[in-house]
Amino acid sequence: MPDLGLDVLFKGKNMIRLLGGLWVAVKISLISVAISIPLGILLGIVMTSKNPIIKAVTRVYLEFIRIMPQLVLLFIVFFGSTSAFGINISGELASVIVFTVWGTAEMGDLVRGALISIPKHQYESSAALALTPAKTYIYVIIPQTVRRLIPLSINLITRMIKTTSLILMIGVVEVLKVAQQIIEANRMSSPNAAFGVYLTVLLMYFIICWPISMLAKRLEKKWG
Amino acid sequence: MNEELLKVEHLTKKFEDNVVLDDISFTVHKGEVIVIVGPSGCGKSTMLRCINALEPVQGGRITIDGDEIVYGSKNLSSLRQKIGMVFQSYDLFPHLNVLDNILLAPMKAQKRKKDEVAKEAVELLERVGLRDKAKSFPRQLSGGQKQRVAIVRALCMHPEMMLFDEVTAALDPEMVREVLDVILGLAKGGMTMIIVTHEMQFARAVADRVLFLENGSIIEDSEPDTFFESPKTERAKEFLNIFNFERSKEK
Ligand SMILES: Nc1ncnc2c1ncn2[C@@H]1O[C@H](COP(=O)(O)OP(=O)(O)OP(=O)(O)O)[C@@H](O)[C@H]1O
Ligand SMILES: [Mg+2]
Repeated sequence: MPDLGLDVLFKGKNMIRLLGGLWVAVKISLISVAISIPLGILLGIVMTSKNPIIKAVTRVYLEFIRIMPQLVLLFIVFFGSTSAFGINISGELASVIVFTVWGTAEMGDLVRGALISIPKHQYESSAALALTPAKTYIYVIIPQTVRRLIPLSINLITRMIKTTSLILMIGVVEVLKVAQQIIEANRMSSPNAAFGVYLTVLLMYFIICWPISMLAKRLEKKWG
Repeated sequence: MNEELLKVEHLTKKFEDNVVLDDISFTVHKGEVIVIVGPSGCGKSTMLRCINALEPVQGGRITIDGDEIVYGSKNLSSLRQKIGMVFQSYDLFPHLNVLDNILLAPMKAQKRKKDEVAKEAVELLERVGLRDKAKSFPRQLSGGQKQRVAIVRALCMHPEMMLFDEVTAALDPEMVREVLDVILGLAKGGMTMIIVTHEMQFARAVADRVLFLENGSIIEDSEPDTFFESPKTERAKEFLNIFNFERSKEK
């Protein structure tokens, strides 16, 4: 059996530190998702507007956010805010800002897709049943939209959790950064630790993301 | 003749420059069953949609019990309670089971008590042979079952009249009968109806009057026997011929 250097994980508080780093990553994703969902719903409703200017502006926003590498966005917000506006924001705040801007765009597109996928006759048969437009939205359209949306937005959460592995680049001490620190500190005593520690990190991402994406699959089946 | 229920006067409907309904007038009396037939694209669906204010109109007026039905007006919800409508496409709400599909509008639009409506809903389901499907979801039903539920859903609002737009057109042949039987039952019970259909034998059996629509105009308005035996216009004759097959080979 090759030496994976797994023993370093059991040294001191290393395991706890790794889990703490994981929590930072998850926390940033959850906060961003929690803000992105209401903003994304608003954006999605706005995106179904027939107004060509509104359509163009929201489209450009969405495409821009999608094309830009998230790392560049993180750098712009983290370093840019200091150099351009002289404000110092923490890496965690910068991450939440970038992930929210990104999440809102993605969520908006999902909401737009879910809304336009509700067939026209759902609106018409509601109207024919004497339901007002407001009641039609509350009892017919929104419940169907939400059912389509929940599995998709759960997938968005797992994508966000994975993407948090970038935020160590702006100094946030998340799980990958902690892993680096542990490996660095044990360079002399366990030179092989890198493989084992990174493998552990991989497993941690898996253990977090797998149940989430299973849940999404289950819901998709149930409501499909 | 019973009193007038629905009056359509000089109705004109255009999609941009395309005139789809051209100065249509007719009256429906209480208890009367009107069947509308005509070639595809002649404006039958559009006419029903105008009556229920699902489309804006460009001219004329439609009144029910003397109240004008105006697209987008504030009292639409109360007028639409008088008109039940069933469409060709299955239009049940997919996220609700059969019973909840039926209960939604009576409870939310008419503010009726759940117990009372549920009792009535179950009775109506029984009448169309679907009592055991109350807890099923639309995706678990056949097309014919879905249409029967859609009819019950509309009936539970206690409408004064029903509009049917080719409700069997999307069904497999063996399911057509079960739906048409329900409509025949309603006719027996005295329900006022406007029915658009391509089922000619059914039309003849159920109608008090047949309107033949072509190019957005009513070109014939007759008793069913007159219409089917001796139509007045050439166009109606040609139209009815589509449904007759001659033997192609001698035996
Ligand atoms: N939303 C719309 N926009 C533009 N034109 C329309 C629209 N709906 C219907 N039309 C046109 O209006 C005309 C009448 O359509 P309608 O659906 O009322 O016909 P129909 O008699 O119901 O035909 P079918 O028997 O095929 O159902 C057709 O020429 C159709 O192309
Ligand atoms: Mg039609």
